[in-house]
Amino acid sequence: MTRIPVTKTCKLLINGAFPRSESGRVLPLLDAKKRHVAAIAHASRKDLRDAVEAASTAQAKWAAATAYNRGQVLYRIAEMMEARSGELVDAIRVIEGSTAAIARREVDASIDRVVSFAGWTDKIGQVLGNQNTVAGPYYNFSVPEPTGVVVVVAPDRPSLLALVSLVAPVVCAGNAAIAVASDFNPLVAVSMMEIIATSDVPAGVINILTGRRAELLPHIASHREINAVSAALSDAAERRVLELGVAENLKRVLVLANDGGKLNWYDDERFASPWSIEPFVEIKTIWHPSAC
Amino acid sequence: MRCVTVTASTAPARWEYAPAPESVKAPIREQYDLFIGGRWIPSKGGKRFPTINPATEETLSRVVDASATDVDRAVEAARKAFPKWSKTKPTERAKYLFRVARRIQDKARELAVLETMDGGKPIKESRDVDVPLVAQHFFHHAGWCDKLRYAVPFRGRDHDPRPIGVCGQIIPWNFPLLMAAWKLAPALCCGNTCVLKPAETTPLTALALAEIFEEVDLPPGVVNVVTGGPSTGKALVEHAGVDKIAFTGSTEVGKRIATTCAGTGKRLTLELGGKSPNIIFADAAIDQAIEGIVNGIWFNQGHVCCAGSRLLVEESVLDEVIAKLRHRLKSLRVGDPLDKNTDVGAINSAEQLDTIRRYLKIGDEEGAKREEVINGPLPSKGYWCRPTFFTDVQPSHRIAREEIFGPVLAVLSFRTPEEAIVRANNTPYGLSAGVWTDKGSKVFEVARQLKAGVVWCNTFNKFDAASPFGGYRESGFGREGGRHGLMAYLAKT
Repeated sequence: MTRIPVTKTCKLLINGAFPRSESGRVLPLLDAKKRHVAAIAHASRKDLRDAVEAASTAQAKWAAATAYNRGQVLYRIAEMMEARSGELVDAIRVIEGSTAAIARREVDASIDRVVSFAGWTDKIGQVLGNQNTVAGPYYNFSVPEPTGVVVVVAPDRPSLLALVSLVAPVVCAGNAAIAVASDFNPLVAVSMMEIIATSDVPAGVINILTGRRAELLPHIASHREINAVSAALSDAAERRVLELGVAENLKRVLVLANDGGKLNWYDDERFASPWSIEPFVEIKTIWHPSAC
Repeated sequence: MRCVTVTASTAPARWEYAPAPESVKAPIREQYDLFIGGRWIPSKGGKRFPTINPATEETLSRVVDASATDVDRAVEAARKAFPKWSKTKPTERAKYLFRVARRIQDKARELAVLETMDGGKPIKESRDVDVPLVAQHFFHHAGWCDKLRYAVPFRGRDHDPRPIGVCGQIIPWNFPLLMAAWKLAPALCCGNTCVLKPAETTPLTALALAEIFEEVDLPPGVVNVVTGGPSTGKALVEHAGVDKIAFTGSTEVGKRIATTCAGTGKRLTLELGGKSPNIIFADAAIDQAIEGIVNGIWFNQGHVCCAGSRLLVEESVLDEVIAKLRHRLKSLRVGDPLDKNTDVGAINSAEQLDTIRRYLKIGDEEGAKREEVINGPLPSKGYWCRPTFFTDVQPSHRIAREEIFGPVLAVLSFRTPEEAIVRANNTPYGLSAGVWTDKGSKVFEVARQLKAGVVWCNTFNKFDAASPFGGYRESGFGREGGRHGLMAYLAKT
């Protein structure tokens, strides 16, 4: 008799735990041949709010951790991804119908991207900050500080590389992230939840929601405890919803126009650069007199 | 209502000061047209309105309330100038900005007098703070023109810093010339062209700056100045030919501008309001802190977005600080802004005076205790408000939460550093903060935890062209000044 496989229940990652959506809703996830693969948790506004609360609480401590420590935690994520790279490759192949080589290329690039940001944590202060030479007897310097709670909205594809490329710069700077996974292939995000939960990432620092991007966007825009949004959007209407919503609370928003999937996420110079971290830091300038 | 008034009779014998009026005269035209495409051209459809001296209520000149057609012409001129200006060799662009800086220094005194007459700020401040900073801002940014690649290494397409295009720049009435410099100098340095709209009540120094641009042969259309009120600003924000909006002003208007720009692809930087905390620890040098409090809230009549309008004092020194503050206020001179001994000048407009008076009433009704110092009579004409502070203020009081933009201080207390930080950060704003303590480790830890773009430690209200300025949260986004300020005027990709 053939053994019946044990299938995975796909949930959300909020505050280091794996809840179902409080709404009880699920979405069917089909593979490339339109066969049912899993039921995906369909996150609600309330799930988003719970994630924000967890992120808010976790962020101050994460920001206060040493940059060296944050770097090691990010590197640990890369180690866990490497160990479970087969699972990630499968998650891309099954849902997207990619060849093993293409899926492997994406997974490898994603792991390397995380390693790159693991090395940025203790360098952004030097690269993005500086002393200011003022015309007076003052010691004056500008330092990058995390913006706070940042929501990441991943595009449909590349489901893993884009998710990782948007989350890593955010948490690297000491922010807490809530990532909304690819609508198209949330299965890679489900694997990432488990990887993150076993990577020494403090609970609440990275939260992951699956569901419908368009449904969550207006709530992401209006929530006042969210300090910034990083979104790769290919739809002008979605961009407008987000920018109109944030106008009311002035949160920072970075929209990468991904029209027709034109962004080249494999471009290290663009996506592993400190300029992808800079939109999620606030520059604080500190003055002190220098005199005897 | 409890209001304590300390009059001069309870104060120790004072020196009487003889009037010391500034003698330099500022040339003011009877009326001004619009500065568009390097020429002074009459408005199409815009009415004229007077700009007055808030200290005397006399009309100084008549300027144009620029129409949408005028704005269109100004944007068109800036568009036309952009290709050549953006491709001008950076070292040559720099020379124009150096010239502007030098010309401002040449005309420093008359610009200071003009600023004081049109806006009401003491000549001491316009002469010693505003105008020198304006010249420095142009000089500093002149030097950046050919160094942008080193300011933002490997940023943008082909790693080549490029300008954004036409910048619509809308500035407030509290530091009219300085805000013009903060907007124009970095924009021009990066190769953008500009349409500047000065505030309705303080257009004259922006127009004087336009005269300087003429004098230094800045190519036509690189900077255009359109005077006017809210409808002029609205036309500029809505204009499809504008690539970037830079605004300094209230959070309310900033949000409206962000709404208008949503989904248009326009770049936006906002420098908005504040309710900044000034924290005095018991281990601070109290006498120096008193000077910091005075400079924090009564500088420029409190018309300062980053004013230290919420004073947080450690409970054990609260009585001492209030007693010393009260004493210090007795020697703070309110009156003729053109008098070189004046510390606090005129309120910028009748409208702003109404706002301030409304908040004084709110503070009384909320049960806070109001103190003001009557130190000599106020001029019979003009708009005036004596330096005022409230004690017995609760954090929930409106006078402790809302920006008043006047010479009104709310005094609160705290017991532990943790409580001070929580109270300081308990605001939607995050522009500036002050920390006073003689303990070095405390300075840096408190500064780290404060959610504010500028933290002044054992000092307050210091500005410099090389020092980035701008806020967290609802105080806006983007920085002005220094290396970080350049990013707001360079294309991202």
